[in-house]
Amino acid sequence: MSTDTLLYLDNVTVSFDGFRALNALSLFLQAGEMRAVIGPNGAGKTTMMDVITGKTRPDEGKVVFGRDTDLTRLDEPAIAALGIGRKFQKPTVFEPHTVWDNLLLALAGDRRPRFTLWARQSSEERDRIEAILRTIRLADHIKRPAGDLSHGQKQWLEIGMLLAQEPQLLLVDEPVAGMTDAETEQTAELLREINKTRSVVVVEHDMHFVRALGVKVTVLHEGSVLSEGSIDHVSNDPRVIEVYLGR
Amino acid sequence: MSKVSTILCLVLILGGAGLLAAGNATGAVPTYAISLVGKYLCYAMLALAVDLVWGFAGILSLGHAAFFALGGYAMGMYLMRQIGTRGVYGNAILPDFMVFLNWKELPWYWHGFDNPLFAILIALAVPGLLAFVFGWFAFRSRVSGVYLSIITQALTYALLLAFFRNDMGFGGNNGLTDFKDIFGFSLQSDGVRRGLLLASAGFLALQLVVARYVVTSRFGKVLIAVRDTESRTRFLGYRPERYKLFVFVLSAVMAGIGGALYVPQVGIINPSEFAPANSIEAVIWVAVGGRGTLVGAILGALLVNAGKTYFTGALPELWLFALGALFILVTLLLPKGILGLFARSTARPAPPVVEPAE
Repeated sequence: MSTDTLLYLDNVTVSFDGFRALNALSLFLQAGEMRAVIGPNGAGKTTMMDVITGKTRPDEGKVVFGRDTDLTRLDEPAIAALGIGRKFQKPTVFEPHTVWDNLLLALAGDRRPRFTLWARQSSEERDRIEAILRTIRLADHIKRPAGDLSHGQKQWLEIGMLLAQEPQLLLVDEPVAGMTDAETEQTAELLREINKTRSVVVVEHDMHFVRALGVKVTVLHEGSVLSEGSIDHVSNDPRVIEVYLGR
Repeated sequence: MSKVSTILCLVLILGGAGLLAAGNATGAVPTYAISLVGKYLCYAMLALAVDLVWGFAGILSLGHAAFFALGGYAMGMYLMRQIGTRGVYGNAILPDFMVFLNWKELPWYWHGFDNPLFAILIALAVPGLLAFVFGWFAFRSRVSGVYLSIITQALTYALLLAFFRNDMGFGGNNGLTDFKDIFGFSLQSDGVRRGLLLASAGFLALQLVVARYVVTSRFGKVLIAVRDTESRTRFLGYRPERYKLFVFVLSAVMAGIGGALYVPQVGIINPSEFAPANSIEAVIWVAVGGRGTLVGAILGALLVNAGKTYFTGALPELWLFALGALFILVTLLLPKGILGLFARSTARPAPPVVEPAE
């Protein structure tokens, strides 16, 4: 445990009308790590993402990012500016805008109206967008409205938008839902590529995909960590088998 | 496509107003027509302002006529001061309605309105400031959708009630009227009427250029993103409330300019301009012309108002029904408005769906 901790959830509890979506959840993420988070419906996976990105404030507990930034005191844009990007379960791209403009809006840079009102696209921005387009294999679609893309292409565009933000940490919610087998395999490859430079948390249902990622797995159940370790370790854990895999 | 329609629209506004003014100078066009078209152009500014917030930021303001009326009141106050001793009571200090109410001195907020530049500044600043304060609270609290629409409706209704009161010092029920001069020239003269028409056309054209710049800039792209998926923009690090606030204030100022040019051309401003129905009508103009197109908003305002003028003459009892029917038909048959009709006919047809043979 000599490497730095990038993200630390400490005893985080979130209740909605008495229902404990997160129950004293504690979780460490090392810098540069990729982590898969699995768990049955209602285990608190999406709520955990909401807490990290500032959408939901926990009733108790702390979320520490980097050395000493408490995320529970910040709102979504401030957290995004710190370098945490989020990909939603349902692909959420700006449908009327072209693929190119989607990436342009996502590029790290000044977000204030006084800047965007006068902004001209720089050659540096163009280069960065072109590099991302090669990574996400959408170079042939730059002028298409994002709304016209296939489901899988939208997922990749959204991952591309995440990359454009240049975050330190990516939170990816069910990236392969609704993808074909070939697309799933390519997505796993893409995430491994991204993980070379950034930390990633992947929430996923698809066990084949989690196995393909080959990373440490955290199993959530009823708002707290049930088991943690390699995919083989957790899938042989009797408690995991009972609440999740066994059914 | 939209660039072409914008340029076409600019040419038609400026060229049309120029031709009408020239026609009036030679006696071919009656002066009442000049003022009528001038009035339509002011309504078009209101429609443009509504389209900017509704079409591009998703803020369905049902109170935008309030900003228009506030701009109008500022101009009306200047025009009242221009009357001088020519009022019914011949009082050099107090407007007629204040003499009638037995007021002894001019309220503090009427000072400075002898100066036309001050009045114009106020016509821009008051709508802008109200929009800023309103938007600051509404957008920060993430009020949106139908709730925001209801609050904007309440805003204009509150102003309606306030301006009805004689104690407010804006002429109460009767409002401000009986204007004589503007910038020292008689408001009744044909030359001034032509000047006001040309000024209206000029400001409308300028507003269209500004609005188009805003919506096609990177700012505008963020704004459209906020309209469609506000939460996504937050996770990208944008603060949607700032984008909405800027465009809401800009829009209010545009509506205020429209109101300020409207008052000298119709010769009166009274609290009925704050009536909630006026704001709703402005939304109808935008819907008829085509929401989110800017040019469509102008087209809608001009067509609906020309139709209204015609129907009030031809079918005085039925014109409201005609207006209602128009709105229903457009919503049902042309969801993208009149401009959407053109866009559809010029856009490339969608590829036919071919089922695989096997």
